[in-house]
Amino acid sequence: MRRLPLSLLVGGAITALFVAAAILSRFWTPVDPTAINIPSRLKPPGPGGLLGADHFGRDEASMIMAGAWTSLSIAFSGVFIGGICGTALGTAAAALRGRFEAVVMRVNDVIFAFPPVLSALLLAAVLGGGPITTITAIALFMVPVFARVTRGAALQIAARDYILAARMAGKSGIRITVEHVIPNIAAQIIVQFAIQTGLAILTEAGLSFLGLGVSPPTPSWGRMLAEAQTYLSAAPHMALAPGLAISLAVLGLNLLGDGLGEMTDPRRRSSR
Amino acid sequence: MMLEIEGLTVGFKTRKGREEVLHGIDLSLSQGETLGVIGESGSGKSMLALATIGLLPRGASPSGSIRLFGDDLLLLSERQMSAIRGAKIGMIFQEPMTALNPAMTVGSQIAEALHLHREISRSQARGEALRLMEMVRIARAPDRLNSYPHELSGGERQRVGIAIALALKPALLIADEPTTALDVTVQAEILDILDQLVRQLGIGLMLISHDFGVIARMADRVTVMQAGRVMETGTTEGVIRRPQHAYTRKLLSSLPRRVRAGLGDPS
Repeated sequence: MRRLPLSLLVGGAITALFVAAAILSRFWTPVDPTAINIPSRLKPPGPGGLLGADHFGRDEASMIMAGAWTSLSIAFSGVFIGGICGTALGTAAAALRGRFEAVVMRVNDVIFAFPPVLSALLLAAVLGGGPITTITAIALFMVPVFARVTRGAALQIAARDYILAARMAGKSGIRITVEHVIPNIAAQIIVQFAIQTGLAILTEAGLSFLGLGVSPPTPSWGRMLAEAQTYLSAAPHMALAPGLAISLAVLGLNLLGDGLGEMTDPRRRSSR
Repeated sequence: MMLEIEGLTVGFKTRKGREEVLHGIDLSLSQGETLGVIGESGSGKSMLALATIGLLPRGASPSGSIRLFGDDLLLLSERQMSAIRGAKIGMIFQEPMTALNPAMTVGSQIAEALHLHREISRSQARGEALRLMEMVRIARAPDRLNSYPHELSGGERQRVGIAIALALKPALLIADEPTTALDVTVQAEILDILDQLVRQLGIGLMLISHDFGVIARMADRVTVMQAGRVMETGTTEGVIRRPQHAYTRKLLSSLPRRVRAGLGDPS
């Protein structure tokens, strides 16, 4: 049994915790996260409310759990859609070269030049706010990220002799890309998936902070932060809980990405 | 003659116009013969190999003729060429590390070409891969079949490379510096295997090298290249004993004295 990298174990554990909390929140939370309970307004953390309560007396812990679902599902969907499109474009650009590559990469540069929050604002102006807009904005931002990474990696692989050998053997360009190029850059793509999901969580939080994410009363970490501003001196736990949730989730995904990178390196693969 | 190259010129389009890297190469190779192609780096040896297999880099334009069994390869469509490439021409690369896909077992890499060009079942292909691995003298071949390239030594990897090149029983084998990346004892083993297989299977071998020691050991005839031109061609013994060209003499004089004595060089 080979030893797993420490970053993979820690990152995997943190990520698993958030995923579990997110899934669990669909069936059970300590208290209904949307239930308003004025008597326990701004209550600090303690028994009866693990992370305290907000300005409407809603249970912070329950809101963090439900917010995890919002954050993770939006971030993951965005990265998944953008990642698949970006990977396809990047490998195609590396395989076809020439004019196609030039056009794809320049268009990507243009998209990349827009901060995701700005493109989300533009999209929201056209589509209106909400989760679909957020997912689209994140996906749009992820396309050039993945296209760049995969194109660079694929070009490196394309220079290897086994690609020449595969062309020698009479393989088509598509088969070479699918069978020889993608397996050898899969590690880099997977690492990007994990790390970019972390970034997407940040983006999602930023957008809900600005009021562009899911609409109330669906809990979201970003909006929890936004609402906490007013009560920062009276109830600092209101900002701390979502802030820590965001940082921890991003940290977990980054560690997971690093660990996966180490583990999926084809050189570590063994026949036994 | 199995392979006849006449007036092969390869040029690249650049900003400044056309730049030629091969200027009218002539050479020939018959079945069962080993032709050594020698020259320093940049002399166009590898470009010659790539032109022969029709996989020149983008932007290269070849002219002249490359006839394999009478068919001019430069006139074939990409589809026709890809059928010939796999089945009639095999290639062995310099770097055994990058010549194998690190994400695939060596067995499936050897079997791959078989699947592409023949109707063959998985177990038949596996059996054939095993036979090829034994042919290139890989120890414990049945275990090695499921190994990944990084689990093999450099010499073993190069043997796998030879097995892949020979999988479809090509008539022409091009070996581009096949032993340059290996240490001397392994180099001798690999050359031994190559020499034996070429004789056994009646393959025409184009052996590209910068090392006169390797060429002298393997080649029946030798073509000396410099800066994209053929300087001289002749039997290996003839070229070593009576080099016609100053460049050949320079290449020979770069060998250690003892090696030269072993080759029968009078100087």
